[in-house]
Amino acid sequence: MMDLSKIKKRSTADIAKRIVQDIPDGAHVNLGIGQPMSISNYLPSDREILLHSENGLLGMGPLAQGDEIDEELVNAGKQPVTMLPGASLCHHADSFVMIRGGHIDICVLGAFQVSIKGDIANWRTGDPKAIPAVGGAMDLALGAKKLFVMMEHLTKSGESKLVKKCTYPLTALEAVDCIYTDLATIAVTPNGLVAIDWADGLTFEELQELSGVPLIRADK
Amino acid sequence: MIQKEVKNLAEAVSDIPDGSAILSSGFGGAGLPTQLLEALYEQGAKNLTLISNNAGSGTNGIAKLVIAGRIKKMICSFPRQKEEWAFDDLYRAGKIELELVPQGTLAERIRAGGAGIGGFYTPTGYGTELANGKDTRVIDGVNHIFEKAIKADFALIKADKGDRWGNLTYRGTGRNFGPIMATAARCTIAQVKEIVELGALDPEVVVTPGIFVQRVVLAGSKS
Repeated sequence: MMDLSKIKKRSTADIAKRIVQDIPDGAHVNLGIGQPMSISNYLPSDREILLHSENGLLGMGPLAQGDEIDEELVNAGKQPVTMLPGASLCHHADSFVMIRGGHIDICVLGAFQVSIKGDIANWRTGDPKAIPAVGGAMDLALGAKKLFVMMEHLTKSGESKLVKKCTYPLTALEAVDCIYTDLATIAVTPNGLVAIDWADGLTFEELQELSGVPLIRADK
Repeated sequence: MIQKEVKNLAEAVSDIPDGSAILSSGFGGAGLPTQLLEALYEQGAKNLTLISNNAGSGTNGIAKLVIAGRIKKMICSFPRQKEEWAFDDLYRAGKIELELVPQGTLAERIRAGGAGIGGFYTPTGYGTELANGKDTRVIDGVNHIFEKAIKADFALIKADKGDRWGNLTYRGTGRNFGPIMATAARCTIAQVKEIVELGALDPEVVVTPGIFVQRVVLAGSKS
């Protein structure tokens, strides 16, 4: 049994900062509800990165505070937000034209599972008691030019969320471009999953063992 | 003379019959026509099909109609939000039907309905359980599924300002589904914060041209 305590797992903030490294100046980016939204806290001031909110806002600013709060100006998670100078508003069909028409450069979503082919399952676990709700996940997963996934590498019970084939209900087939976890950064390529970097204290061989699916070393 | 302004909220929804299909704008609370939904609750119509992004939260707006058992079917993308329990309870009890639609597909189905298009092919949802039973087609090497347009009897929408011809402006992200829903109903009813004189709205900033709107009512108007 591997000693996991020696691994310096990446925190949510660490993963967010790692993702930011891959967002270029001038990108139009949609951040999914939950963990991906935290990425907005780490966007560098020397790059112009425009955040898109699926409810019709391009050029979204930080969460609104105090007097700024306006119930008619919210993000995809229904939290009050602000608009940056240069922001624009549109109706829902146009907002999803941006998404589905391939105009959004990068979308970052959370996931339950990602397959070796880049299939993503992120909208329901199939629990019959849970209310199924899909929102914009299926549109975003396929529509954005690049799909990044931000997630824990393992489930609470220690199983890899990288799988040969998704067992949870699918969001989209062959959609994911890169996976950012608390253990590693992994690109989805036609040759398979390529491990680009991994957490301190972890060896590639250990990452391979924990992941349970074949990985290729980027530096080999 | 064209006079789309109606006296009050009760009059605006007075003729909505049982069994109607109703579009309601709103993304969470933003752009939700709460006063019109309240008036519809008071009016008593039942057996309704409601098409909206969410399934209501708390006890007002859409949730009020859900709790009262007036909705037989919800067509929405995200029936899961804070303080949503009314829909959840009825859904688990099998007392309300749910047609779950990806959000972009929902918007486009409504847009298509308003534009006189019967439906369209989209890659969104292909290979997922939401594609079950839908026609598929490969276009330029990409798998697509067929999605049918949505049209409704009534649309209840929230706008900011309106005039007696039905021209509307919106505020913030409250715009969301309003402009497309206005086009896809036989009768569109807009609640506005302010009704202004004809000509007071700059044509450059009108988002919904009056042709798509049949009734305009002040959100604060009581019978």
